[in-house]
Amino acid sequence: MEVTSAVRKPLVTGGKTVHDVTVDVCRRVEEKPTITWFLAVAASLGLLTVGFYAVFRTLWDGIGMWGLNKTIGWAWDITNFVWWVGIGHAGTLISAILLLFRQRWRMSINRAAEAMTIFAVISAAMFPVLHMGRPWLGAYWNLPLPNTFGSLWVNFNSPLLWDVFAISTYFTVSLVFWYIGLIPDFATIRDRAQGIISRTVYGALSFGWNGSARTWERYEAVALILAGLCTPLVLSVHTIVSFDFATSVIPGWHTTIFPPYFVAGAIFSGFAMVLTLMLITRKVYKLEDYITINHIEMMNIIIIVTGSVVGVAYITELFMAWYSGVEYEQYAFLNRATGPYWWAYWTMMTCNVISPQLFWIKKIRTSIVATFILSIIVNIGMWFERFVIIVTSLHRDYLPSSWAMFQPTIYDLGVYIFTIGLFFTFFFMFAKFFPVINMAEVKSIIKATSEKAPVVQETGTTTLPEEEMAPTASKN
Amino acid sequence: MTAGNKFLVGVFDDDDVLLKAVTKVRESGIRIHECYTPFPVHGLGDALGYKRSKLPIAAFMFGMLGTSLALLMQFYMMDIDWPMIIGGKNYSSIPTFFPVTFELTVLLSALGMVGVFMIISDLRPYGKAKVFDLRATDDKFIMAIDLAKNSISIDEIKQTLEGAGAIEVNEKRGQ
Repeated sequence: MEVTSAVRKPLVTGGKTVHDVTVDVCRRVEEKPTITWFLAVAASLGLLTVGFYAVFRTLWDGIGMWGLNKTIGWAWDITNFVWWVGIGHAGTLISAILLLFRQRWRMSINRAAEAMTIFAVISAAMFPVLHMGRPWLGAYWNLPLPNTFGSLWVNFNSPLLWDVFAISTYFTVSLVFWYIGLIPDFATIRDRAQGIISRTVYGALSFGWNGSARTWERYEAVALILAGLCTPLVLSVHTIVSFDFATSVIPGWHTTIFPPYFVAGAIFSGFAMVLTLMLITRKVYKLEDYITINHIEMMNIIIIVTGSVVGVAYITELFMAWYSGVEYEQYAFLNRATGPYWWAYWTMMTCNVISPQLFWIKKIRTSIVATFILSIIVNIGMWFERFVIIVTSLHRDYLPSSWAMFQPTIYDLGVYIFTIGLFFTFFFMFAKFFPVINMAEVKSIIKATSEKAPVVQETGTTTLPEEEMAPTASKN
Repeated sequence: MTAGNKFLVGVFDDDDVLLKAVTKVRESGIRIHECYTPFPVHGLGDALGYKRSKLPIAAFMFGMLGTSLALLMQFYMMDIDWPMIIGGKNYSSIPTFFPVTFELTVLLSALGMVGVFMIISDLRPYGKAKVFDLRATDDKFIMAIDLAKNSISIDEIKQTLEGAGAIEVNEKRGQ
């Protein structure tokens, strides 16, 4: 047992009891969907449908539909891929790394953040899959499968192959981690269910969970080890994504700073997306007592830290380009800042380096409106970061005769819209049918951190004499 | 769970009360079948006399299996079955095998451990939940006592449970 300092701010406000947690979270699953929800789902299904046309044409006519040319062989597809994978980093970071650090404020947000991770990784995976051109043959190019060429295997020296293993492992393990956490909450919904359909569906999903002490004991061991496994995993994924670039010889890509720089950027953009989604969910579902200003402030502090790491990385890149004395490297960075794509570079700099610094002001980092706007700005900035790294490095490399510009087509845009529609469709489905807050975890901290805690003990709802109670002792 | 047996089910509304009750009940010589709680209560396993889970060992073994399989696969494919010179380097260069080896270690460790956890805890899709009290997943803490395994009289057990702070004591049949 650990003792919580009395000066620590309560994590759950409004004097919630354990039963209130069940009601507040389950109510959203049990009640009829609102008009707002239907409109939101209709809008995201609309994006999905519009985008599907671009996906269909990409598959039917080939990736020639995109704006790629022989100089710029990678553009929006990999930009969007890295952007989505980066967004997918916050969920596992919150649930795994913050679990190891015993940061209990994670408990109200980890469920939705992990869901976001999984949906973001699915969206990310669309791009490499579509870029294969004929994805139905993709298994032969991606996986070490015996084939008719006398087993010409995949190349294990290639970072692109490492990416296949990293992303699929990350997706699988995150999904398992998320689902294990969902089982007790599905059981809560099952035990409250009135209708036959919800009882059957949540009964099937809850895997026969009954909350026995023995299972909880094992569950905790599993959660801790999964957190331990996910921590290096989440860091490895974006490290390996950065290897896609860093192991090549393109000026602006061939740098050893890439792994930490990409990981920081991923956490930065991931937290921004968590904030965007949680601020809406919190408002619509009236979860202000669970996701408090305190939570928002904590996430904003992480945004300052990772945003500053990203800023330092940008400046280090510039310094190293000059200090290395390599003419091509120097030109790559000069071209980024002053070349034809200067606007992308300065959008990136403004959104990622300057805007998060506003969070140093307490008024801004505790303001919901300011946080929401800045979280969207950060996501725009992080998209431009990937665009700047990829397109401005490729469009002018060693041979001036093959310099070119990149012009996206509506199919580039369409595939991007498709993944946005996919992401939001999944997220809205999750928000309606899944418990958006990890009830079991929040219940375990309610006594120690809820504002009502002393009141419960004073009114004496328990039959034990007061000296036997441990008022500040908490579970975790 | 022993189907058909008669159980005495004590309902508690506080985790600290349950924790102390478990010790008290066990001290009075009553064998507890199991406790059911809406969230993990730390120290409950110790109070019930459960041994520490061996799942970490399973995780380690599966992880080692992942490491070995990944290394074997890569050496076999790149060095033995179809050796190729790529970029003028060795057929098999250990540093480039690290990422895939790491990922497969994590993958097998996680999946193997979770698989073992599901099997030993009898968790599976459509698995039937053996529930004594539906409130155990909401806000109540349940202690079940198998009467067939205790020689102490029902009334005495009831009294002990109530004395330990149970708000209700019910008789139920095991499922």
